[in-house]
Amino acid sequence: MPGIDIDAPGSVQLLLGNEAIARGALEAGIGFAAAYPGTPSSEILETLARVAKKMNFHAEWSTNEMVAMEAAAGASFAGIPAISSMKQNGADVVSDFLVNVGMTGVGKGGLVAVIGDDPSAISSSNEQDSRWICKWMDMPLLEPSSAQEAKDMVKWAFELSRELDIVVVVRETTRLAHTRSNVKLGELVKTEKEAYFSDTWDMFQPAKSQFAAGPFGILHYQLQQRLAKAPAIFETSPFNYYVGPDKPELLIITSGVCWLYSTEAVERLGLQDRVGIFKLGTSWPLPEKLVEKQLGRTNEVLFVEEINPFIEGSVMELAASFPANKPHINFYGKRTGHVNLFGELNTDLVTDAVAKVVGITYQARDAKYDMELKEAAKMVPPRSINFCPGCPHRATYWAIKNALTLDGRNGVVAGDIGCYSMGFAAGGFFQERAMHCMGGGIGVANGLGNLKEFGFDQPVIAVAGDSTFYHACIPALINGVWNRANFIFLILDNSATAMTGFQPHPGVGVDATGEQAPAIDMEALCRSMGIKVEVCDPFDLKNTTETLVRLMADDEPGAKVVIMRRICELVRGRREKHAPYKMHVDPDKCVGDECGCNRLCIRLFACPGLMWDNKAGKAKIDEAQCTGCGVCSDICSQGAIIKEAA
Amino acid sequence: MKTLTKEPLNVIIGGVGGQGNVLMAFLVGSALLSKGYLAGVGDTYGTSQRGGPVASHVRISKEKQYSPLIASGHADVIVALEPVEALRLLNQFGNPDTVVITNSRPVYPPDVSSGKATYPEMDELSQAIRKFSAKAIIVNATDEALKMGGAIFTNVIMIGALIGADVLPLDRESMAAQLADRFHGTVLENDIKAVDKGIELVAG
Repeated sequence: MPGIDIDAPGSVQLLLGNEAIARGALEAGIGFAAAYPGTPSSEILETLARVAKKMNFHAEWSTNEMVAMEAAAGASFAGIPAISSMKQNGADVVSDFLVNVGMTGVGKGGLVAVIGDDPSAISSSNEQDSRWICKWMDMPLLEPSSAQEAKDMVKWAFELSRELDIVVVVRETTRLAHTRSNVKLGELVKTEKEAYFSDTWDMFQPAKSQFAAGPFGILHYQLQQRLAKAPAIFETSPFNYYVGPDKPELLIITSGVCWLYSTEAVERLGLQDRVGIFKLGTSWPLPEKLVEKQLGRTNEVLFVEEINPFIEGSVMELAASFPANKPHINFYGKRTGHVNLFGELNTDLVTDAVAKVVGITYQARDAKYDMELKEAAKMVPPRSINFCPGCPHRATYWAIKNALTLDGRNGVVAGDIGCYSMGFAAGGFFQERAMHCMGGGIGVANGLGNLKEFGFDQPVIAVAGDSTFYHACIPALINGVWNRANFIFLILDNSATAMTGFQPHPGVGVDATGEQAPAIDMEALCRSMGIKVEVCDPFDLKNTTETLVRLMADDEPGAKVVIMRRICELVRGRREKHAPYKMHVDPDKCVGDECGCNRLCIRLFACPGLMWDNKAGKAKIDEAQCTGCGVCSDICSQGAIIKEAA
Repeated sequence: MKTLTKEPLNVIIGGVGGQGNVLMAFLVGSALLSKGYLAGVGDTYGTSQRGGPVASHVRISKEKQYSPLIASGHADVIVALEPVEALRLLNQFGNPDTVVITNSRPVYPPDVSSGKATYPEMDELSQAIRKFSAKAIIVNATDEALKMGGAIFTNVIMIGALIGADVLPLDRESMAAQLADRFHGTVLENDIKAVDKGIELVAG
């Protein structure tokens, strides 16, 4: 199977949107790539890191998105083309730096930011439309509709960035990121640039020889002047085009993958002769003349975009400036309720919107078949997400739950995002009661842990993963020590950034390219703050529970850290072929429904490796799922779940 | 099948997070690309990696690229690694002409194990799948995989079943070539055996 670095211009490959973006960066001759993992953007840096050594450029997983973007900017300042990719939350993290780098310009290298939005928050704690950042910070915005376009746009984004001396944003969404399609490759460009940070001082053009965000008044004006050159370039961009009859009844204005949904919806409704589609690839700033020309085709316009009415607002703003003698246009979209203001779109939703505006009805399949199938499908049980079989987090939350019960003061668990954020759901026994952004749990614990004056007596437990610890927890932990907040901070150390695909982090001793790297010792780091650190194995339920109960009862104020150390089961399973234990249920010992436990093992602990044998009325191990971690043998009051060394 | 019967031909490959539908869809898409078709593979995963329902949408065309997601009622073929997932997918994407190929081994959702929901009897489930599809092929891929040494072979056996069902312009040789591109030694040998087992299950 050819790698992403295949030197075969014109050949067609089946690439993920994210791989196509990586390829676009290679075709632009990047010299520097930095990111922090985050769905849906992770595969961009992963793909680049795989070929970085071979192609002689720098690729790194950075500790967080802010550092990644700053590092990429540093490279660009020294003349090296640089890319940083992130999910929508990453764009929020980076925003402070981005505002500033807008003022200073990006230097001669060229700086491209790829932001992966996650409509419907399929793999996120929140949904947001990151395109606003471009209006807010005066950055040009490109929205690819396909993997092919993503590749071509990223390559072009570097040229644009250098031409305008500006950060160019390429916005993808989960569907584009995670869809494989056919991409025709272009030529690879090898960077042979010399990195040099210019020190030619020109007092009349300080911004040209310095990267310092001040004096802001002039610099903001200059940024706006640079951005103002973009529309003229966008007017003739091949990424914007119209398909449809010359004078359609309805004009759809769309961007991103919504263009494909729109095209399919119109075909599905058989309206190709009545509805035209204007695809906007350069969404901000608007190529106003081109948009005005499209608006001239009809008086009925529907906007189809994910998530907010971003293009809708810009186009309506433009239309408001038209002379009064121009015919009135009816605009449909999110404002009128034809298109959802939240969530992912798809062909069905766009079909409904178009049908509604045009005034026709549409049924995807025969009404009788539809009704009967829906009735029959009621037998399909819901399938909620859960921790994987053998996941250390299940054991950790089990210990937390029992420890909080033993303590009896209704202790609070505040956490953040990662696999362990499922602690708020049944899989984590609903223990996590606050969950926001990366590092948010320990931040919140700083508040909860300093309410003694108000009679607050509930123990406070913060949880964060190991990768998250390095990403966003250290300032909050320092703050907790400094301001003498009372909390127990559990670092769930599974030796990987598990949620996003097991990328390495600063604690594991390996970098993005697989090279050996210094490992930052989290215990030593915490101890250097004067914190007493304990290490537990979550699979040792008894010791973990006792440790938590003891720490909650400890009257000595301040922050305490417990590292819950146990490797991610998916990583262990890949490294070691054999399970640690062979599990079985002893049918003589399992009392089944007669037991007072009320199916504790499958009802509460609920590891997918456990199942209920309805005929026997007893618990059973599902050998297709069980990973042999052995933890469930410690939760059965009858000792009926047996572990034998495998 | 040597050529496409529809433009585009819409195939959904689904199951439970972790069962391997993503790799299946990638292999199928790559094999189709090697035969000169345009193939799009949209993976709907995300957090459903952790035991939720997952599906890859494969769209095969001679002409152009289609959107990442198949519209409701527009699946021509549904391949499921788990039987209730077959009915779940049929409910959303099926139509009277849809062909369903499913593994018969249940993966019980947490709500079923805990007694909050019930899992249908296999007879009732397969009856419904047959009733609402043009053709249903139900194979016990997991048991065969366990016989071969692990549940991990289930998805490759189901690729064999898909080839055996003869509903795509896909053959054993082009799939074997895709596997040989990615795997070596005994892993490759076992995978090819698994493909053959799947073909055999459908033929048998």
